[in-house]
Amino acid sequence: MRTEVSQAARGALALLAAALLALGSAAAPAAEEAGAAEGGKLGADWQSWRAKNDVSDMPSVQRGARNFVSYCMGCHSLKYEHWSRLGHDLAIPQALLEKDLLPPGDKTTDYILTSMPASDAANWFGKTPPDLSLMARERGADYLYQLFTTFYVDPTRPTGANNLRLPAIAMPHVLSELEGLKGAVFRTVRKSDGGSEQVLDHFVPLAPGRLSATEYQGFVRDTVNFLDYVGDPTQTARHALGVWVVLFLLVFTWLAWLMKREYWKDVH
Amino acid sequence: MADHAVIADEVDLSRRKFLTRATIATGVVGAAFAAVPFIESWSPSERARAQGAPTEFDLSKLEPGQMAVPVWRRQPIYVVRRTPDMVARVAGHDGDLKDPDSKDSDQPPYAKNALRARSAEYLVLIGICTHLGCLPKQRFAQGEVYPSWPGGFFCPCHGSRFDLAGRVFTGSPASVNLRIPPYSYPKPTTLVIGTDEKGTS
Amino acid sequence: MAVNSASGAPGGLPGEDRSAKKGLWAWINKRLPLSDFISEQLTGYYAPKNFNIWYFFGSLALLVLVLQLVTGIFLTMFYKPGEATSFDSVEYIMREVDYGWLIRYLHSTGASAFFIVVYLHMFRAFLYGSYKAPRELLWLVGMFVYLALMAEAFMGYVLPWGNMSFWGAQVIVNLFGTIPAIGPGLVEWIRGDYGIADATLNRFFALHVVALPLGLLLLVLLHLVALRHTGSNNPDGIEIKEKLGADGKPLDGIPFHPYYTVKDVVGVGVFFVLFAIVVFFVPTFGGLFLEGPNFEPANPLSTPEHIAPVWYFTPYYAILRAVPDQRLGALLMGLAVMAFLFMPWLDRSPVKSMRYRGWMSRTALTLFAVSFIALGYLGLQPAEGLYVYLARFFAAIYFLFFLLMPIYSKLDRVKPVPDRVTYHAH
Repeated sequence: MRTEVSQAARGALALLAAALLALGSAAAPAAEEAGAAEGGKLGADWQSWRAKNDVSDMPSVQRGARNFVSYCMGCHSLKYEHWSRLGHDLAIPQALLEKDLLPPGDKTTDYILTSMPASDAANWFGKTPPDLSLMARERGADYLYQLFTTFYVDPTRPTGANNLRLPAIAMPHVLSELEGLKGAVFRTVRKSDGGSEQVLDHFVPLAPGRLSATEYQGFVRDTVNFLDYVGDPTQTARHALGVWVVLFLLVFTWLAWLMKREYWKDVH
Repeated sequence: MADHAVIADEVDLSRRKFLTRATIATGVVGAAFAAVPFIESWSPSERARAQGAPTEFDLSKLEPGQMAVPVWRRQPIYVVRRTPDMVARVAGHDGDLKDPDSKDSDQPPYAKNALRARSAEYLVLIGICTHLGCLPKQRFAQGEVYPSWPGGFFCPCHGSRFDLAGRVFTGSPASVNLRIPPYSYPKPTTLVIGTDEKGTS
Repeated sequence: MAVNSASGAPGGLPGEDRSAKKGLWAWINKRLPLSDFISEQLTGYYAPKNFNIWYFFGSLALLVLVLQLVTGIFLTMFYKPGEATSFDSVEYIMREVDYGWLIRYLHSTGASAFFIVVYLHMFRAFLYGSYKAPRELLWLVGMFVYLALMAEAFMGYVLPWGNMSFWGAQVIVNLFGTIPAIGPGLVEWIRGDYGIADATLNRFFALHVVALPLGLLLLVLLHLVALRHTGSNNPDGIEIKEKLGADGKPLDGIPFHPYYTVKDVVGVGVFFVLFAIVVFFVPTFGGLFLEGPNFEPANPLSTPEHIAPVWYFTPYYAILRAVPDQRLGALLMGLAVMAFLFMPWLDRSPVKSMRYRGWMSRTALTLFAVSFIALGYLGLQPAEGLYVYLARFFAAIYFLFFLLMPIYSKLDRVKPVPDRVTYHAH
């Protein structure tokens, strides 16, 4: 784990160096439609970006689970969810669960925990990476989507990255190898009470990642979808049951109303 | 305008009766469905089911004639490595047993034999007396309890006696043989309690 | 009276053979007054025939009380009170107990439903003067039910031990510190520790699960007894007992059973449809019924960005924050709740129902209702900028509604109250 994290950090820094070198000569990759707004200003509308995830889309949640195990479980736990529950809800056969997702040594009846010791994490990052079981319920899917899509290069930060959704974020840009790197250009805006603040003007693509912009957005959507599921695993069953319950109650109410009307014919 | 509030002259009694019964019936059905989640909530939870997952036990640590007691689903499981002498002492006293062929007892099909096990060497049973639930004590030696005692288990609470295959002796307060859990041997030296051909129970 | 024979024997289906029951029924009734109870309280209790939609909420409040008791009992089977265990045990219920999520959502939605129903129930009293003589005690007991309900809801919200549970408890308990002289000591006594802690959580658990439910049941029983004693008011504000027929029954009354039992079942049905839609499809109700910050465990070192109580307390919270002085704000908030107690004596109108009052009373009530809702909204917003001024404005209207009532209720022109209730067949 330790080597993996420092490897990721070194990788990010190496990428940053390469990007800065390439800045002068490289042409920026084309901005994908979801990122561009206001006459081509990439990211200016980031606060209106929505996750648009659908928890009933099982393949998406399955991909999100795989993404989580690959990129997040190194530091974050899902301590309220059993592996076996995951397998059951996402229709992942036991064999596949054990081969592809379950860490060696863990049983399917265990809770999903990270192997990173909390004290070490607090030392490296300044704070312990929080458990993510309820993050989607606490902040919402849109918040998480924006978190993963608004990382930008910032040499003043210890991890070399900062975030618009959560400024001064302690988490490094773990997905930089997928998204690539981008810088942020700010402009000053006057506030109503007389002060001023820095607002994002636009993003500047610095280096491409392994995924295209649309592919990366899909990646983030799947991962957020998975976290949405983990936050509230019973939601799809709840909706399904709810339809029947409401229908039944409508029938009951209609019968009760007919009965009431019949008796109230007496009343003048 | 009539003086009284209620004037029931044009009452359609049959319609009234039908609607009242239909509404009450629907209400009762609804109440029954509504009770289901509350009743179901008492079932063992996901956590209990996870903790009740199959238990693995390493047989290579067990000496001949020795008994180990791993736990499965909060129950003590007696795992006995029977010596050839102990295996021999399972036979020869069918007349003293209440259910020598295990007809009324609770065991998986592969344990419905004279030795009540998959193999002669290992006996796996639930160490809870079928009388009122105490834990029987091991008394494996010949003559340990009384001169003709062939070896087995003796329950200290009310005196029930079981042989080296867990079958109950006549004269015991218990009426059925000790229960056998589902189990299997994925490897010759590994015992898994809770899983067999039928899957995980 | 043609009721008994034609509408079906009360308490049983028409034509049903009750001879077998007569034996057992007679045996029981010699030992318990069941038959008398039915004939006195149900089939023999005459309620005004002109009840409208505003009269559903009493029986619905009783329904929600039962719902909360049943779901609450089941939650207590799995919930583990304690700083280290509360939050985890709630997630255990949500994820690992079969149908635990349903029981939890029923209880959390039920809490909000309780207040929606109770506020509408109270508003009916304002519309039709149901707090006026001879029903002043009925109103006061009802107000005590409301106060007990607020305490019950507040303590219940602390139990999940989320971050909002903790900080909400912190803020509200600190309010008691504003009481002169005894304040700080009182706060420490309530908390049982130097800050909101395990001790506080555990005692709130005991109060929420045992003490306050018993108190609520007792108060609700008293409320029903008082109602039975005075008889129900009605949308015309006329006392139906003043016009009796030859049989001694009110001319404008109808037996509660079967007419209102049957009508209330429809009310229950409609309520359950709406309730089920929320429980199954929007249980958090956009963060109003289950707040986002509460999905994070209590953290004494990290205050949520916006501390707000649950929506049903926000009108009073807005009044608290509207006043720039802490002590005065707490005092005014307390007065805002207590003001309701004085209604029967503040209202000097000779007429009960809004139907027969003039424009002053109607305007005042409309403004009050608007203020209550506006203050509720403002209580959810951060206390800055325009929101503060609006809160002060609406708080002023809120208090003026009560303070000026002796004047405008007396001055207001009243319309002649009819002799008999107005009723349209439905």
